[in-house]
Amino acid sequence: MTALAAEGLTRRFGGLTAVDSVSLTLSVGELHAVIGPNGAGKSTLVNLLAGELRPSAGRILLGGEDVTTWPTWRRARRGIGRSFQRTNLLRDMSAHENARLAAQAAAFGPGRWLRDAGRDAASLAEAARVLERVGLLGRADAVAGTLSHGELRLLEIAMALANRPAVLLLDEPLAGMGPEESEPVGALLRDLARDHALLLIEHDMDVVFAVADRVTVMVDGRVLEHGVPTAIRASAAVRDAYLGHGA
Amino acid sequence: MDLSGLLAQLLNGMQYGLLLFLISSGLTLIFGVMGVINLAHGSLFMIGAYAAFVITGWTGALWLALPAALIGGALFGALLERGLFRHFYRREHLDQVLLTFALILLFEEARSALLGNDFHSVQVPALLDFSVPVTPDFAYSAYRLAVLGACVLVALLMFLGLERTRLGSAVRAAAEKPEMVELLGLDARRIHMAVFALGTALAMLAGALAAPLQSVYPNMGDGFLIISFVVVVVGGVGSVAGAFWGALLIGLVDTLGKAYLPEVAGLAVYVLMAAVLLWRPSGLFAPARG
Amino acid sequence: MLVAGRRGSLLLALAALLVAALPLFASNYHLQLASTALVAAMFALSLQLVVGGAGMVSLGHAAFFGIGAYAIHLLPAGISIALTLPAAMALAAIAALAVGALSLRTRGFFFLMTTLAFGQMLFFVFHDTPLGGGKDGVFITRPALELFGLAWEIPRRQRAAAMLWINLGLLAAMYVGLALLMRTLFGRALLGIRGNEDRMRALGYDTRTVKLAAFVLAGALAGVAGHCQAMTEAFVTPEMLAWHHGAEALLMILLGGLGALHGPILGAFAYVGLGEASTLITERQRLVEGLVILAVVLALPRGLAGIGRGWRR
Repeated sequence: MTALAAEGLTRRFGGLTAVDSVSLTLSVGELHAVIGPNGAGKSTLVNLLAGELRPSAGRILLGGEDVTTWPTWRRARRGIGRSFQRTNLLRDMSAHENARLAAQAAAFGPGRWLRDAGRDAASLAEAARVLERVGLLGRADAVAGTLSHGELRLLEIAMALANRPAVLLLDEPLAGMGPEESEPVGALLRDLARDHALLLIEHDMDVVFAVADRVTVMVDGRVLEHGVPTAIRASAAVRDAYLGHGA
Repeated sequence: MDLSGLLAQLLNGMQYGLLLFLISSGLTLIFGVMGVINLAHGSLFMIGAYAAFVITGWTGALWLALPAALIGGALFGALLERGLFRHFYRREHLDQVLLTFALILLFEEARSALLGNDFHSVQVPALLDFSVPVTPDFAYSAYRLAVLGACVLVALLMFLGLERTRLGSAVRAAAEKPEMVELLGLDARRIHMAVFALGTALAMLAGALAAPLQSVYPNMGDGFLIISFVVVVVGGVGSVAGAFWGALLIGLVDTLGKAYLPEVAGLAVYVLMAAVLLWRPSGLFAPARG
Repeated sequence: MLVAGRRGSLLLALAALLVAALPLFASNYHLQLASTALVAAMFALSLQLVVGGAGMVSLGHAAFFGIGAYAIHLLPAGISIALTLPAAMALAAIAALAVGALSLRTRGFFFLMTTLAFGQMLFFVFHDTPLGGGKDGVFITRPALELFGLAWEIPRRQRAAAMLWINLGLLAAMYVGLALLMRTLFGRALLGIRGNEDRMRALGYDTRTVKLAAFVLAGALAGVAGHCQAMTEAFVTPEMLAWHHGAEALLMILLGGLGALHGPILGAFAYVGLGEASTLITERQRLVEGLVILAVVLALPRGLAGIGRGWRR
């Protein structure tokens, strides 16, 4: 089932076209990786899908509904969870409180602003659920500022999972991780793909080929190739583009 | 409507707008490149005006005050950047705001201690103390025309400097995308100091030029500071061209408003700013950016 | 933003009792000084909701203070405080809604510049139009202290004490109200926005509306502070709306500590105390204020609340 579809998505900055008529679909149960050299437009694509940027052309369908003009928060409430390339959480709060803030977004509707945050049982349970899912429940009470880099990346993913979004946009969740740390995260990503439509932006080709169901290769804002990992791995064009960009 | 009157108001508005450009271009560059809002920028204007008052008092020649304001301003700006501002680029907004607010208080206190709290006037230079006939029945102050010309000259030099020199293109790149400085391997410290020196020099020059047009008085920089903020918001931040067109627009709206709709004139520029915020929150003349 | 824990709250309550007991031994002059500090504390506390709560630096906050003060002047003379106080809040809130709705289309320093400019616009309204009664300010009749038909007649001799108690009561109510507010979903959302607004949007929070709500509430509370100052001094002046006044409140917040709800209260008392002490040494108030700011900005970035211990969440 298609959860999110982008059709002819284009974004121009002045004279530069950062994303050039990109189309892709994300389905629940599938891990879709987007790779490409630096400056290929991957992050711009995520920002377009999440709603931080408006496309210059094209449209975005979320669960079949046209959300192209929706603000970020509205798309998030309709089922997009997103992690950021740079980890920036509330550092003086515990991991659990960070996760709870994510979970409380569901309760935070009109007329419920003045509800006591401590008594919102649903968000407490949801925070515990997402921490458990990424394997951080044991560190729930640790202050975010004291977590290791790998743990912070996991907390980042946990917050994106809150309130069960259908679509997950994960922007380089493995950035800065060593091979020992990244292997279990790869397994986590596979697990998350079972019940989410997962878009993974990733630099590390080995990880991508290990976990992805489908791969889109972007170069200079355009889609260069699109296919299953084995086909991408064999593609001469992809190899040229990557070697040509020195990545 | 009286045509010569309208012409006079148009010229007044352009001249006011160009003075605003000298102040707000420095403000917008300092903000664009270093990410600092200098609330004391208006005080620098005030210092320039008082410098003109003191120097013409000693020597009788405003001519000497202008290069003095420019050179003294550049040195003073470089000193401020090195001694104080450099340490605040990475601090929170609140710290920067309060630091520059403290500078206003200290500059004003120094002014009061050295020169008192009286209003003063500065003589228009004798050479320019006449009127130029613009149309058969309308003559305009030669000094005001000279200020207009001087501001246009400075604006042209600035555009040329920004377009044609290496340092200028580095400053432009930095104002549009501060992270460019590092990417291009430029010496950020030198650029920062140059931008601060330029901004300070322009604000003080504007003060010296404006001194004969209005009185020289305590807190005179305050009004200019706030109107310059309006210019930057209307024009778009980090863009010298935006500051130029924004300043002209604000200068004309304010001057014509005061001449033809005096009851509401004080509010006209703010209404304009509100309209710009509604219509194009990033400014009328902002370069396209991500 | 931290809210004082059990021990901290106890200390604050003791301090409040001490201030309430001032009329037993302090002179009228010192009672008035205490009222000045209480009003300053209300003003800084209202601004803390915007600065410490949502992480937005506003330089136009004094305008809402001034509008609250002028509400008494604009309403018929001598009517009940039960009418003037809500009116002051409502007028200030409406102004804050207009300014906030426009300024919040921008962020960071743009927000700062636009709030400053709109604040200055409101300053001009009261400074230059007949609405405010002139640029030198006007004397006003204090609102009557009656509630539900019960009037409280104060002999002239006891007026300073009465004003002190009213100001103290309103400050305490404001503090407790905000402390409770920080525990709600709204308060948590504000903290999240201060930490990372992009993240909060991506989590599904309508951050602009939350920020606007905080801005309007802060404006209304600044209106209360302004109302109290006008009532205490029986005088209003356009200077109440001047942006320098708002910058002083920012200084109180920084002085007291950005990270704690009670910080602005400490900061306001320290600021008023410093100002009073400095008059013994020099006439040059601006010099003292400027140097105090430099000292705080350079040496005490966490404020007075950062020095003490025992303040817990």
